[in-house]
Order: sequence, then structure tokens, then C-alpha cells
Amino acid sequence: MSADQTLAFDPDCHIFTGCGFPAPGLHTFMYEPIFTVGSFDFTKPMLLAILGSIVVVGFFWAAFAKPKLIPGKMQMVGEAGYDFVRRGIVYEIIGKKDGQKYVPFMVSLFFFVWIMNLWSIVPLAQFPVTSLIAFPAALALIVYVTWVSLTFKKHGFVGGWKNILGYDKSLGAILPLIMLLEFFSNLIIRPFTHAVRLFANMFAGHLLIVMFSLATWYLMNGLGFVYAGASFVMVIVMTAFELFIQAVQAYVFVLLACSYVQGALAEHH
Amino acid sequence: MNALLLAQGEEAQPPLIPHLDELVIGLIAFVIVFGFLAKKLLPNINKVLEERREAIEGGIEKAESAQIEAQSVLEQYKAQLAEARHEAARLRQEATEQGTAIIQEMKAEGQRQREEIIAAGHAQIEADRKAASAALRQDVGKLATDLAAKLVGESLEDHARQSRTIDRFLDELEEKAEAVR
Repeated sequence: MSADQTLAFDPDCHIFTGCGFPAPGLHTFMYEPIFTVGSFDFTKPMLLAILGSIVVVGFFWAAFAKPKLIPGKMQMVGEAGYDFVRRGIVYEIIGKKDGQKYVPFMVSLFFFVWIMNLWSIVPLAQFPVTSLIAFPAALALIVYVTWVSLTFKKHGFVGGWKNILGYDKSLGAILPLIMLLEFFSNLIIRPFTHAVRLFANMFAGHLLIVMFSLATWYLMNGLGFVYAGASFVMVIVMTAFELFIQAVQAYVFVLLACSYVQGALAEHH
Repeated sequence: MNALLLAQGEEAQPPLIPHLDELVIGLIAFVIVFGFLAKKLLPNINKVLEERREAIEGGIEKAESAQIEAQSVLEQYKAQLAEARHEAARLRQEATEQGTAIIQEMKAEGQRQREEIIAAGHAQIEADRKAASAALRQDVGKLATDLAAKLVGESLEDHARQSRTIDRFLDELEEKAEAVR
């Protein structure tokens, strides 16, 4: 630990000692670099992102590197996960014929996001990588580029714009207004909400867990022990809840990605 | 405890502005996952899933063909059984008929033999009766003549008269006997 670092949270800071509650905030999501190359700071979330990739690849490597007709345990679990995304999301939203091509992308996306979320409650990691907007933004950007380019590839330049802007002659006079709304809604707001939905959920969840954890420690003094107990119960409850939310958010993220791709492929928007 | 570290002096970044370094790392991390899954691991499992599907379909086909074969064998067996039953019934019928014919034949033969024996018996009796009757006629004639001669005291040697009288007597006797019978 270098000299310019201080603990955000003093271990001796408890209630009734005149020490204020060290509430978590934006600083909770900031890390000192582990190492720095030039202007590039390598931080813990980055390490977790790379480790997450290795975990996902490692798991599927163990499951699918030498697949057998009669699956082993790992393969069985891998197949269940694979089938969940393939049948449960991609085929369901895009359809089997058109969706086939996007299965690897969506499977990668789901498990990547899920593991990034899951770091939140893994001991020692204890940080959801997706609570930094850059990571959901990177993924949302890939999805955005995918569906926009797909729209123009499928419908041509004019047809692509018609598809995105929801061009429909029967709307008559309000058509320009609709097109303006669709433009903002689809091209500008959509990628933003796609990324922010995931980011905000993970951000808020992490904040809650940290808040109750800090409170548990802070309250451990005198009468405060009673409240500390309640706060600790909340840590457990929130951790369990986060486990659920992490999977749901990964699911929603991929579901929306599929829905965008499906919209790009559809004849009428 | 890293999560609880705060760099002093560093401004907290607005949470909605992506950090470029993190964005790049995020893209790299995802591309690693996508590369491995899309290029190697998912094609791997797709191949095996396809093989498994084929294996299962092949198994089903095999089972179906086995069932069809079993069915045909069963039908064959049933046909054979029916044929055998039919044959057995035919044989039984034949045996019964043959038996009946034999019994009939035997009966007819017995009847014929019986009649033959009876007829032979009748003929014998008739012959004996005739012989006895001839002998008796002769004896009775002689006895009667002798008796008459003794009674009359004279020889009734007149053969012609004598035999005429006796014959007439005997004929009368016969007529009487006929009448009685």
C-alpha cells in the first residue's frame, strides 16, 4: 500500500465514539491502480473482468472441449446453460432459423455479464464489474453496432432508415413526429438505457451490500450491537437478493439484445 | 479490504461517464469469451448435440425396425400355427371318415357272411329233409306193405298196384300235413 492511500474506513471507527458513519458513495467504486503502464491504470475491476473472461472460457472449456455423446457432469451443466440461452432466449425472441447465427454471441454475452455481476458476492472479489458504466457501455455498444449494421445490411440504406424510424405512410400528418421520436428512441436512448439498466442495478445492489456491511461494523459498540445484528441480517438478505438480481439482469440484457436484433431483421418495424 | 480503499485527492468520477481504459478492457474481456465460445467450444458442442440427436433417432429407427420384424415373425408364427391346426383337424376328420368306412365295411362283410352261413344251413337242412323224406317214404311203404301182407295174408306182390296205392296214401298224408302247416 503506497503512502498516498488512506483507508476510507477506519477499523476503529464505531458508534458512540464520536466518529461519524463512513457512508459509502461514489468513492466505493473507485480503486487505486494495481499497476500503471504509462497513463494506463490497471485496477481491480479490470482484473476481475479479465478473470471473469477466464472463468467463463475455463468453464466452457472444461464442459465442451472434449464433448461426449453421453455427457459428463460438467458437460451436462454446460449444455443446460447453453440450452437455456439458445432455446430460452434466442430461439424464443428471434426464432430458430434467423436466431441460429446469433446464438454464440448471445451465449457469450449472457455468461459474461452474469459472471461480471456475480463477482459482487464472491468473497475477496466482492465487486460487480458491471457497476462501472464502462463495462455495460462496452457491451451495449457491441450490441448497438450489431443491430444497426444488421438493419442496413438487411433492408438497404433507405429501407434501413425506414425500419429504424418506423416509417408508415398510413400515419399521415403525424408521421414526421413519429419518425423524430423513433429516431431518438431507437438510436440514442436505446443503447443508453440498455447499458444504464444493467449498470444502475448492479451499482445500487453493491451500494446496499456495502452500506449494510459498513453499518454492521460501525454499530458494533455498546447498545449498537443490537442494530449491528439487524444490519448483518440485511447483509445476508441483500446478498441473496443480489444473487437473484445478477442473473435477472444478465437475462434482461441478453433478452433486449435479442429483441433489438429481431427488430433489425423484421420486415416492419 | 480493497473495496474500502479510497484514493485521497482524486476526484470521484461522475458515475455515468465511462472510463476509457475500463471500456477497452471490457471489450477485450468480452472478445476473449466470444472468440473461444464462437470459434471452438460452441461448434464443438453443436456437433455433439447433432450426433446425439442422430444417435437417438438411429436408436428409435432400430427399435422400430426390430418391432416390425418381431411383428412379421409373430404373424408368420400365427399363420403356421393356424395351418397346423387346420392340418390336424383335417387329419382327424379323415381318420374319423376312414374309421366309419371300415366299420361299415366290416358290418357289411359280417352281414354277408351271416347270410351265407344261414343259406348254407338252410340248404343242408333241405337236403337232409329231402333225403330223410325219401328214405322215410321208402321205409313207410315197405312197412305198410309188410303189415298189410301180414294182415291180409297174401302177398301183395303186384308191384304196380302196390306202389300206386302207397303213393296215393302218402300223398294224402302229405296233403294233410300241408293243410296243417
